[in-house]
Amino acid sequence: MDRLLTISQSPHISGRHTVRKLMLGVILALIPAFVASLIFYGKGVIIVTSISILSCILFEFIIQKYILKSEVRITDGSAIVTGLLLAFNLPSNLPWWIIIIGSLVAIGIGKMTFGGLGNNPFNPALVGRVFLLISFPTAMTVFPKAQGWKTPYIIPLDEIDASTGATPLALIKEGIKSGKSIVELLEINDLNYSDMFLGNIGGSFGEIAAFALIIGFIYLLIRKIITWHIPVSVIGSVFLFAGLLWIFSQEGHTIISDTLNINLPVIKFKDASEELKVFHMADPLFHLLTGGIMLGAIFMATDYVTSPMTPKGMIIYGTGIGVITMLIRVFGSYPEGISFAILIMNGFVPLINRYIVPKRFG
Amino acid sequence: MLKTFLKGGVHPPENKLSNKSKIKDLPVPQIVRVPVLQHLGSPAKPVVEPGNQVKAGQLIAKNEGYVSSNIHSPVSGKIAKIDDFIDSSGYKRKAIAINTEGDEWLEKIDRSKDHINEFSFSPEEIINKILEAGIVGLGGATFPSHVKLNIPRGKKAEYLIVNGVECEPYLTADHALMLEHGEELITGIKLLKKALKVDKALIGIENNKPDAIKHISALVKNTDGIDVYALKIKYPQGGEKQLIKALLNREVPSGELPVDVGVVAFNVGTTFAVYEAVQKNKPLFERIVTVTGKSVKNPSNFRVRIGTPVSALLEAAGGLPENTGKIIDGGPMMGKALNDLNVPVTKGCSGILVLPENESLRKEIQPCIRCSKCISVCPMGLEPYLLMGLSQHNLVDRLETGKVLDCIECGSCSYICPSNRPLLDYIRSGKAEVSKIIRITKQ
Repeated sequence: MDRLLTISQSPHISGRHTVRKLMLGVILALIPAFVASLIFYGKGVIIVTSISILSCILFEFIIQKYILKSEVRITDGSAIVTGLLLAFNLPSNLPWWIIIIGSLVAIGIGKMTFGGLGNNPFNPALVGRVFLLISFPTAMTVFPKAQGWKTPYIIPLDEIDASTGATPLALIKEGIKSGKSIVELLEINDLNYSDMFLGNIGGSFGEIAAFALIIGFIYLLIRKIITWHIPVSVIGSVFLFAGLLWIFSQEGHTIISDTLNINLPVIKFKDASEELKVFHMADPLFHLLTGGIMLGAIFMATDYVTSPMTPKGMIIYGTGIGVITMLIRVFGSYPEGISFAILIMNGFVPLINRYIVPKRFG
Repeated sequence: MLKTFLKGGVHPPENKLSNKSKIKDLPVPQIVRVPVLQHLGSPAKPVVEPGNQVKAGQLIAKNEGYVSSNIHSPVSGKIAKIDDFIDSSGYKRKAIAINTEGDEWLEKIDRSKDHINEFSFSPEEIINKILEAGIVGLGGATFPSHVKLNIPRGKKAEYLIVNGVECEPYLTADHALMLEHGEELITGIKLLKKALKVDKALIGIENNKPDAIKHISALVKNTDGIDVYALKIKYPQGGEKQLIKALLNREVPSGELPVDVGVVAFNVGTTFAVYEAVQKNKPLFERIVTVTGKSVKNPSNFRVRIGTPVSALLEAAGGLPENTGKIIDGGPMMGKALNDLNVPVTKGCSGILVLPENESLRKEIQPCIRCSKCISVCPMGLEPYLLMGLSQHNLVDRLETGKVLDCIECGSCSYICPSNRPLLDYIRSGKAEVSKIIRITKQ
C-alpha cells in the first residue's frame, strides 16, 4: 500500500446546512424589515444597528479570547444575529452608550456566562433588551415620529415632546383609563390598519413593519431554516385570546351583531365592572399588527437554542408565549409583554424537552 | 401522489453516475479470499482442506447453527490456505484462499442464459434450495434468507415486499439488475411467494429509476398478485421498516420483525439470487457491484465473484484515481470505509465508492445549536442530539428508555447536522452499551 486511506464511520457525506449558512439565512430574512424601518426612521436605524452588531461581535471576541481563553468562534455569525435582533428591539434614537450596555448584557450575561452558543437558556437579545427596558424605561419607550430619512438620530431637547411618540399599544393602554372607547382612541391618535401593516407607527424599529416581517417568515420557511410551528402557534394563540376578549367587549359585540345581522346574546361580562373597563379589549388584528408579536413570533421565539426540539413542544411553547403576552398586554401594567413572555417560556424549554418526546416509529 | 414513509428522511444528492452502465462480467481473479463470515449470525465452518481441488459452486464452508449461511467456492482451483485475512470490517477474520485454475463450474449448475419460468417445487423444497445455496440479504444486511422464509408458528405472512428502492446515493447495482434481469426477477418473486404462501407481492422502486419502473411494470402487467409502486425519492426508504410503512402504511413495532405485521421483505438482488438458486441450481457466489465515484474514470456495474479483491474492481473501472482519499464498501450513507485494497468482495457488498481527498475528511465539529433538524429527519422518531449526550455520559438507562436500540443507523442525523456533530458515532456506542447490559442481565 503506497497510499493512506481515511477511515471513518458512516455517513460519509454531509448535508448543505452549516451553522454559518443558517445564521446568514436569518440575517437575509431580516433585510425586508430593516429596509422598511429605514424608510420610516431613517439614518438612526443604521446607527443603532451598526453599534449593536459591532459591539456584540467585539464583546464576544473579547470574552472568548481574553476572559475564557477559548477558541474564538465569532465567524459562526451568531453574534451578528444577536446584535441585529437586539437592535431591532430598540428605538431608533437610543443613545449609543445605552446600546453598548445592552450588547454587553446580551452577549456577556445572556450568552457567554452559560458557555456561549448552544448553551444559553434565555434568548440573549431579549435578555439585553429587557435589561435596558427596566434600566432605562423612558429612553426605551419613547420613539421618534417617523419622518423618513430626515428623522433625526439625536432629537434636540426642546423638540422632544413634538417629535416623539409612543407605541399604539401604549397609547391605547393609557387612553383607556380616560374612559374613551378603543374606536375613539384609534381616531384620536390617527391610527389605522394600513399604517400598522406597513409600519408607519411608533415602536422599536424592527417590529413596526408587519408585512416585511412576514416576507422574512416566508423566506425562512422556504429555506427550511425554521418550521411553522412556533410562529403560527404564537400568532394563533394571540388571535384567539384577543378575539375572545374582543367579542365580549362593547365594540366587538356591536360589530359582530351588525355585520352578521344576528342578535348576539348580551353577555353581562361586557359591562361587568369598572375595573374591567380599563382592560383594553382591542380587536385581534390590532393586537397582531402592533407591538412585537410578528418580530417576536417569527424571529425571537424561534431562536434554535432557546426553543423546544419537537413540533409538539414548539406548539406548547408558542401557545404559552401568546397567552402570556396577552395576559401582560391586557391585564398587566406594561403595554407590551412579548419579550417577557418569550423569556418566561424559555425557562420552560428544558422541561418541555424532557417530557414532550417525538412519536416513536412503531 | 407517490407513496413514501412519513416520518423523517433526507434527500442527499443522488449521484447515480453509473445508471446507464450495463452489467459487465469482471474477469475471474487469480486468487480469491472467501471469508467464512459474510452474513449476520455465526461463521460457517470450512469443509475443505488446503490442497483440495474445488469447482465453482462447490460448498467450501457449511452453516453452523440456524442463523448462519453456506459458503461456496466462487472459482475453480486449488485451496491455497485457510487463514485470517482482512475484511471490510477492518479486522482479520478467517478466510479461505483459493488459487484459480480455469473456470469450471459444478455440473448441476445451468450456465445457459435461458430464462426458466416454470417450476413445480413445494414451498419446503424452495426454502431448502435457498438454504443450500447460501443466500443472504443482498441489500446490505446479509441476514440469512432461509431464516426469514421459515415463518414462526402462530404468525402469518400476508405480503411479500420486494425492495428495489436503492435509496443510497451513487449505487446502481439493483437498478441495473432490474433493467437486465427483469424476467428472472419476476420468477424469483413467484418462487418467494410460493415459499411464503402469500398471494400478494409489492415491488417498491424509487422514482429516480423511471426506466426500471416502466420495464418491471410492463413485465407484471398480466401477472396477478404482483404490483409495482413508484416511490417518492427519500432516504432511507430502502430501510425495511420504512419501505413497509411506505407501501402498506404498517409500522413494525419496536423490537419486532416485519413478519409481526404480516410482511416479509427481500431485496431485488436477493430475489434474483433465489431465482438462480432454485431454477439454475446456482449457489450464491457472485453478485452485482457498482464501482463508482465522481473521480472514477468509468463508473460501472460489474458481475463479480465473491472473494475478488477490491483493487481488481477499481482497476476495471479505470484505475484508482490519484486524489483518492476514501474507499467505501457500500454507499456514502451506510457504507464502511476500507483501509486496504485487498479486502475481498463479500455477499453484502453492493458497491465500491471512491471519494476524493477533499470529500474524505469530516468537517470541524461545532457546538450543538439545538436546531432540532436531527429530530425532524430521524425516520424512527428518536432524539439523536439527546441520545448522543446520554451516550457521552454513559447514562445507559435513559438511553434505553430513549429507544436507542430502535436506531437503524441510517445516518440521516449526522448527515443533516449543521454543526457536523458525530451523532451516529455516539449513538452506535450507546447501542452497544445498552445491548451489552441487556445481554449480561439475561444471563
